[in-house]
Amino acid sequence: MTFPWLTILGIIPLIGAAFMLFPVRLAARPVGLIVSFVTAAVGLAIGGMYLGGTTFLEQVPWIKTFGAWWSLRLDGMSLAMVLMTVILTPIVLVAERKLPERIGRWSSASFFGLVLLLESMSLFVFMADDVLLFYLFFEATLIPVYFLIGGFGGAARRAAAMKFLLFSLAGGLVMLASVIGLYAVSASAGKPSYLITDLAALHIDGTSGRWLMLGFLLAFIVKAPMFPVHTWLPEAAEQGTPGTSVLLVGVLDKIGTFGMIKFCLVLFPEASRWVAPFMIGLALISIIYGAAAAFASKNLLRLIAYTSISHFGMMVLGIYAFTSQSITGSIFYMLNHGFSIAALFLVVGFMIKRRGTAQIDAYGGVQKVAPLLAGSFLLAGLSGLALPGMSTFISEFLVLAGTWTRFPWVAAVAALGVVMSAVYILSMYRRTMTGPLSADVAKSFESDLSGSEKLVVLPLIAIILLLGFFPGRTVETMQPTADSVMKIVQLSDPVPQAGK
Amino acid sequence: MTLLETSVRLLPAVGMFTWAWTMIAVPLAVAAFLLLAGKVADRWGHFVAVGAVVYSFSIAACLFAEMVGMAPDHRAVDAPLYTWFKVGVWEFPVGFQIDQLSILFALLITGVGSLIHVYSIGYMAHDERRRRFFAYLNLFVAAMLTLVLADNYLLLFVGWEGVGLASYLLIGFWQHKPSAAAAGNKAFIMNRVGDLGMIFAIGSFLAQVGTVRFDAVNSMIGAVDSGWATAIGLFLLLAACGKSAQFPLQGWLLDAMEGPTPVSALIHAATMVTAGVYLIVRSHAVYEHTPFASMAVVIIGTVTLLLGAWIGSSKDDIKKVLAGSTMSQIGYMILAAGIGGPALALAIFHLLTHGFFKANMFLGAGSVMHAMDDDVNMRHYGALRKELPITHATFLMGYMAIIGVPGWAGYFSKDLIIDAAVEFRWFIGALAIAGAGITAFYMTRLMFMTWWGKARWRPGVHPHESPKVMTWPLVILAFFSVVGGMLMFWWIQTWLQPLLGYHETMPFEPFTSLPGWATLAVVVLGVVLGWYTFGRPEVTIPIEAPKANAFVTMGRNDAYADAIMDVAVVQPYAALGRGIVGADAHLVDAGFMGMGTLLQGVSESLRKLQTGYVRTYALTMTAGVLLVGLVMILSRMG
Repeated sequence: MTFPWLTILGIIPLIGAAFMLFPVRLAARPVGLIVSFVTAAVGLAIGGMYLGGTTFLEQVPWIKTFGAWWSLRLDGMSLAMVLMTVILTPIVLVAERKLPERIGRWSSASFFGLVLLLESMSLFVFMADDVLLFYLFFEATLIPVYFLIGGFGGAARRAAAMKFLLFSLAGGLVMLASVIGLYAVSASAGKPSYLITDLAALHIDGTSGRWLMLGFLLAFIVKAPMFPVHTWLPEAAEQGTPGTSVLLVGVLDKIGTFGMIKFCLVLFPEASRWVAPFMIGLALISIIYGAAAAFASKNLLRLIAYTSISHFGMMVLGIYAFTSQSITGSIFYMLNHGFSIAALFLVVGFMIKRRGTAQIDAYGGVQKVAPLLAGSFLLAGLSGLALPGMSTFISEFLVLAGTWTRFPWVAAVAALGVVMSAVYILSMYRRTMTGPLSADVAKSFESDLSGSEKLVVLPLIAIILLLGFFPGRTVETMQPTADSVMKIVQLSDPVPQAGK
Repeated sequence: MTLLETSVRLLPAVGMFTWAWTMIAVPLAVAAFLLLAGKVADRWGHFVAVGAVVYSFSIAACLFAEMVGMAPDHRAVDAPLYTWFKVGVWEFPVGFQIDQLSILFALLITGVGSLIHVYSIGYMAHDERRRRFFAYLNLFVAAMLTLVLADNYLLLFVGWEGVGLASYLLIGFWQHKPSAAAAGNKAFIMNRVGDLGMIFAIGSFLAQVGTVRFDAVNSMIGAVDSGWATAIGLFLLLAACGKSAQFPLQGWLLDAMEGPTPVSALIHAATMVTAGVYLIVRSHAVYEHTPFASMAVVIIGTVTLLLGAWIGSSKDDIKKVLAGSTMSQIGYMILAAGIGGPALALAIFHLLTHGFFKANMFLGAGSVMHAMDDDVNMRHYGALRKELPITHATFLMGYMAIIGVPGWAGYFSKDLIIDAAVEFRWFIGALAIAGAGITAFYMTRLMFMTWWGKARWRPGVHPHESPKVMTWPLVILAFFSVVGGMLMFWWIQTWLQPLLGYHETMPFEPFTSLPGWATLAVVVLGVVLGWYTFGRPEVTIPIEAPKANAFVTMGRNDAYADAIMDVAVVQPYAALGRGIVGADAHLVDAGFMGMGTLLQGVSESLRKLQTGYVRTYALTMTAGVLLVGLVMILSRMG
């Protein structure tokens, strides 16, 4: 057996989290940061090896009676999610490292511990190649997120955390039923196995396939918040700290779209084709609904949360449009959205730290006193509206163009999101950063971005621009995932008319 | 008109051509540098910016010289840089097509761009954010060059949105003014509506042809069914309407005058707003397969040339008169581009001469504003001829060029378009001739209100001529406003012929054709009318705008386009947003939360849970997860 890189990668932050259980106080921050950087280094090393041609698969039997395996695997999509997670975590920790020593019952050490725990669980979720293993980690992520929302943030944080938990548990329970159902199916087919490859080989079609698929899908729809089960998100984002929101929306919610591709499409191709029209409809509603709600939001954090609902609609659209381009676009979208939303949330966090509120009305004219902050906000916003040159443009373009080749009308409606994103981003910028400057605001923004704040923003913007100008390698790495999915759902890309 | 014979074959780039990409990279890098450099660069940053544009101009000039020396069929060169990305069968290169069309644009952008950069050194001298202004200008140049040099539609789109960004940043440059910030937003958003057209067109190219490269699209478009060709033609027209402020997406351009005047000259007169014309000319192969979409282009151009002239006639703000005029002149270009054949070259010809004389007049207006404490109201001007002699002289050249005094630049380019329009459909030609008359009228009005007649200056205003750094660019642009037509009319059609593929060129015969004489007569009429209304010695121009008839009032209000847009789009959308936010809290969310309320007991106990120690939840939840695992194991055993 080769060196268990993936297992190690997931365990490092877990060890860091465990360390925080001790009364560490002063050591918590440096240790937390170091652990997150080490994880990032290992993750990047794994990414390098993967690009170099190494394949990663770690498989040992776990619960033999169920056919459950400790099985971790990397493909283009999971690598992208792993890298996004290991890069965002240290950035969040740097951004939030000035949390007060104690918040209510909580110490900042617990925040660091919970973030590392969440990182570990998320990494295992993205690498798991066994349905039961995936499920357990999927549920396990709820624990750190629940406490991150409920312990640190706004006044109504506990209710928001509870709401998040209820929605997620409801989704998770339905999925559990499907997980158990899968066991029944595979056991009746002979030897029980939870390995994805084994389950996919069973070709679970027909009514049972549809029901099992729906169980997974419901959990994923809640996670990648889609209309109408999105309502937990604006509240969680408003109440949580910006760092928590980054991990929640940027990383954790991706499990939804990730799961749709890795489980729904791969395990239940026929049922997925059956549900596609419904999902496309839901995606279109989410795109428009989220964008319109973002425009009308009076609170910056809620606004950003609503933009995500719109963007998740785009990702889901790309998945269920079933072209290799749109699915590749969706996967790339998942990655880019992570960085883009992180930049938005964290810059807003810097604003709130100075002004004490996320209400848009409380701002205005900030760019005159804090041009760097305003510039970062604008750049983050431009990545949110998918400006060419930014990585987000390429993913949004691929989703729209890929969809266009199969369903031009659907793509045309979805493209309204392109205009609407310009409306909500620019009006948000106009209302906060431009116009006359009141003495009150000027006083709040006496200091522009600090050194460590630059350290938070710069890597995010750099990644967004770098992937915007040079996306070739990344897209190529993700495409095999899309190609294999296309093969499994037995569809091929529409052929250009003039090329026939 | 004639049909395209074969598609243009691109030659691989060698020598100088492989350096074409640095025309874009240098200003882009300088823009980034200036934004990041901090205050140390405040004193010399603008010189670096000027240097970057001059560098790009010299590369463009060298390439042009080299192309002149090559055989006409071998002038189109492809200079690939790298593969941007590929997915499946789709491949998107970052590559540049340097050919007879794009090189003319490159020269215009960097040439006029250099002059405007120099001018801005003086114009923005007292602005504390001058360094940033120059960074944005450089960013604009880089994006605009990307737009015109790209060898495929997707890269073109990058430049297309890039100039939109630069335009947004520069319109709203004085961000503390709410009107400027709002104008920037309006420009970007209306442009994005147009951009939908680009996205749809690119999607259609990929779906129908499988590529976005110009050469491949051109050669394969014939195999696309005519319904799709028409659709693509209309999509591209939508995009052009957004960027070039054509009806019905014209509203943003007038507001865009909030930006500093050099911006209005460079972006909102000479270069960016003409990108729609470029797009249609570049896509001429598509329009050759769709008479319907071509006709739509012609109609949009004609409507806008009249609408712009109308608005130009009724405004008192000197910049808005010029902005209306820009819409109108671009209308002529779009009209020519829609006619197709040799008129494609005429669209480009007028675009170039217009670039000279309109940039000239905008910068002249900036010089006037400089003298009048940034007042833009022409009712407060008058008799500035003596105080600003150089600006007056240069402006006069621009005036004579735009109304088409024989020999001046606009005379050649506009008359040729009118000829082509008359030949195309007589009534379109008649409307184009009428437009020329209105142009003469409003420009004469502008001249009398600003330069001649009696002084109506507000107290405390002491007009003065601008410094040399501002007047020299004016002089150079004035020179080209005079000779630009003579320099180009005899070769531009032949120059573009191998690329655009028409068989015959349009002869230039102004004094032998009826349209030529008719145009001249109408122009004289417009001038006389302008003089009669605003220039006679006994006429006094009121300082306050007098009550006007409905026609003028409508023009003053931009034909109520904003009001219509507000009622039809803005208000409903805002209401939709508010409705959704309200519904989200009270319907969708309440629906789910309501389930909880039904089970009052459950929510009570939840509330109690929330007040308990947080560690208890941790235990409860961990226990829950473990329980799930346990149940599964037990169920297996049982």
